Order: sequence, then C-alpha cells, then structure tokens
Amino acid sequence: MIEDLGNIFLLLLQCVTWLFRPPSEIRNIVKQMEEVGINSMPVVMVTATFTGMVLALQSWSGFQRFQATSFVGSVVALSITRELGPVFAGLIVSGRVGASMAAELGTMKVTEQIDALVTLATNPVKYLVVPRVVASTLVLPVLVIFADLVGILGGYFVSVYLLGANPYVYTEKTYQYLQSWDIYTGLIKAAVFGFLIALISCYNGFIAEGGAEGVGRATTRAVVASSMSVLVSDYFMTSLMF
Amino acid sequence: MRPGGWILREDEGALEPKMIEIQGLKKSFGQKVVLDGVDLTVPRGKNTVVIGGSGTGKSVLIKCIVGLLRANAGEVLIDGEDVTKMNERELVRVRRKFGMLFQGSALFDSMNVGENVAFALRRLHLYPELQVRDVVEEKLAMVGLRDIQHLMPAELSGGMKKRVGLARAIAAEPEILLYDEPTTGLDPIMADVINELVISLRESLGVTSISITHDMASAYKIADHIAMLYKGMIVEVGTPEEIRNTRNAVVSQFIEGRAEGPITAEHEDFIRFVHRSGETGMQGGR
Repeated sequence: MIEDLGNIFLLLLQCVTWLFRPPSEIRNIVKQMEEVGINSMPVVMVTATFTGMVLALQSWSGFQRFQATSFVGSVVALSITRELGPVFAGLIVSGRVGASMAAELGTMKVTEQIDALVTLATNPVKYLVVPRVVASTLVLPVLVIFADLVGILGGYFVSVYLLGANPYVYTEKTYQYLQSWDIYTGLIKAAVFGFLIALISCYNGFIAEGGAEGVGRATTRAVVASSMSVLVSDYFMTSLMF
Repeated sequence: MRPGGWILREDEGALEPKMIEIQGLKKSFGQKVVLDGVDLTVPRGKNTVVIGGSGTGKSVLIKCIVGLLRANAGEVLIDGEDVTKMNERELVRVRRKFGMLFQGSALFDSMNVGENVAFALRRLHLYPELQVRDVVEEKLAMVGLRDIQHLMPAELSGGMKKRVGLARAIAAEPEILLYDEPTTGLDPIMADVINELVISLRESLGVTSISITHDMASAYKIADHIAMLYKGMIVEVGTPEEIRNTRNAVVSQFIEGRAEGPITAEHEDFIRFVHRSGETGMQGGR
C-alpha cells in the first residue's frame, strides 16, 4: 500500500517531466478526451438527472414537515453543484474509464506491447499515461457542468410537475442562494477526481502481470482504488473549500 | 575469462569487431538470482543464438541488453557504450539501434498493420508522411506480405503476426535485431519461413542479431554462433557444428532433448517467479 503510493507519486513525477517534452501528444490527448468525455456523457447525464429528481423528492418530503418546501430548489442546486454532481460523475468515471484504462494498459503490459513501445523509441509514460491523465483532468469538469445542469433540471421537473411547486418561486430560490463559488468548488473537485482516476488506473494497468487473471485483478484494483480516492479526496477538498 | 563464463575465441573477436559485449551481467528478482554473471560477445553482422530451457533467464538477458530491465551488476556494451549505466535519455538514443521481435509479436492491437509498421517511423519523423506509406509497403514486402496494411492484428494468424512484428522491428532500420523465441508457437513450415527471414535479413541488411530460443532446429539453421545459458551463466559458446559435437553434459542433454541428465526440472520455479515479478512496466522514464 505504502509502496503503491510511492510508485504512484513517482509515476506522477514522470508524467510531469514528460508532459513538456516533444513530441507533443495532442492527437492522443484529443482521442482520450473523446473516450473519457463523449463516451461517459450519456451515463453521467442519466445519473445526474435521477440524482436531481430523487433529491427533490426526498428534500420535499423532509421540508414539508416544517413548511419549507419553497427551499427545495436551493437545496437541490447547492447539493448538486457542490457535492453530488462531481462525486457521482467521479464514481461513474472511476467505474467506466478507470476500468477501461487499467484493462487496456494491463493487457498491453502482459502482451509485451508496453515493452514494444520502449523498443520503438517511445516512452510508455509519455505515450500512454500523460494523454490519459491530461484528458481526464480536463474533461471531468466539463462532464460535471452538464451533470449540474441536468441535475438541477431533474429537480425542477419533479418539484414543479409532480409535486406542484410554483415554477417562479422554485427558479427564484434556485438562483437566490447559489453562488458561482459553489459551482467552481464542484469543478475543481471534478478536475482532481479526473486526475486521480486516470493516474491510479494507469498505474494499476502498468503493474499488471500474469495474463488474463492479472489484468482482471488490475482492473478491480483500479476501480476500487479510484472510487476510494474520489470519496476520500472529496472530504478533504470540501473541508478546505468549505 | 571469468569462471563459469565463456567468450568467443580471441582470433574471432579480432576479425569481427564486436557489436555487443556483455560482462559479468547479474540480475535477480528479490531473492531469486536469474542471471549470475553472464559473459557473452556478439560479433557484428552475425547471428548469435542463445539457447536454454524455459525460465532460465533468456528473456531477462535480452531485456537487459535493450535496457527494458536494469541489471544489478555487470556491463552491457553496445558499440562500446555501457547501457547499464545510462539514464533514460541516453537509453532512448541507444535503443534506436535496436529492433525487437517479441515472443507474442506484441502488435499494438488498437492499430492496423500499416500503423503498427509505421509506428517508429512516425514517432521519429524519419520520413515525410507521404513517404511513410511506401516505406511500410517496402518493409512488409521484405517479410513477404502485401496488401494487408488495413487489417487489424486480431485478424492475422500467428505466423503473419510474427512477420508483421518483424516488419515493424526493421522499419526504422536498426543495426541490431533481437528475436525473442521467433519460432515458438508456429507450425514447422511457418517456423521455417521465419528462419529463412531471419537469415535473409541478416544478409540483406547486414544486421547483428541475437535470438533466444529452445527450438534447436531453428538454432542450427539461423545461428553463426550458439551460446547456452544455464543456471544464470553462459556455459558454452561455439559454432553450430561445435555445439553439435559438444562434450559438455549439460549442453548435450539440452540439444538432444533428454529428460535424464544434469539438468533437472528445478528451473520450473524460475518461470513462475519471473512471471510474477515482472518489473518492466515502469521502466520507461526511470
């Protein structure tokens, strides 16, 4: 565990040094952004919509007990932007993208494709890890912007059309207490999650060994470790940006 | 000469300038010693075949030569430069002299055949993009393949994969070719096609090559020199003829493929060990 942390840190240092050396990996980065961003978009959207909807239902049922249902809009907006948007997107990307990165790199490792890269004058960290980490760090905040949007819309839909909230009041309350800082903290979190997920998953792919079984183990480790890192780092970031 | 290690005879070394010189190379994984002082000289323009049982460290040896694994002690001189003491940047430069054919071909399965062969050409910008296509075609023709640039590796047979892997290895015109079990897993006819290719590449490109194998038919056919690796050391070096007539009990047991003899099944736990302790993945930027 400690050794892993040390190795991940070393991998990070290598990423930083290779990031600025030619040749640039722009094409690779764009390809990975597409992989992480576009392909995760549908599932993140669905999750965010239902999160917003269930949040509206639950807070309605709670707030009704002290006649505060007009604040449901504020609660939904704040929870989604500050917390649930980035965390759910992070967890979903951990599962979807983390698994695919670890499986892809792990397979490349056990079939000697990573060694082959080295013999073809290509540094594997530069060619494989840097683009994934950069793409994932840049794309997660974008995913979260969309998640925030549809999450809030989901809450609005449930409150206004199913629970009979006044649409004007609901919109008003959504705006009234939401500050741009709330959105920014969510986006900062998202970037950190994206960074951690890609770094941890690539690391686990790189240390895979022992054929198909090893790749399976690496994939599991990647998903577990990156989900944990999302939740743990979330707490510390929240306490810092409170 | 070191105890237990052999080098080629002096006169031969004088006639052929040596390309690769390995001295006292040691590599262990944890407690397990895999290479225990390997001495080997590889003459320029010749094909040296390293034979040895599975798990005796042949692959480890070849990976130490190209810097995929870091040796614990000893020297690997490539044209007089010691790769074991190089930093990553120098290694990248020296590795451009190498092409390597991997045991499982190690084709990039996310790319088609053409992109695989062109990989190093594009990374190193060796040719303008318009010319890359022609060079790829030429390299594929050298291994007897044509019009398959658009196929994905998954669509190829084992023998074709090997040949594409070989085309990729020679694409950037290396001075040294490393073959990791070039004929393993192929049918006898395809194995012989690969043998012929290895020989013709040595003749047409004049490359120095090291092959590791336990296929004696292949070794006799492609080798100028054969070296036997046993218990982490080179126990005998000679021409195929000399090896065939060896008096060394270990070598004769191996080349004749007898189960009875000084070599016991003890080396099997090496296999498991080396597979478990692979450490190549992080080598890239060390």
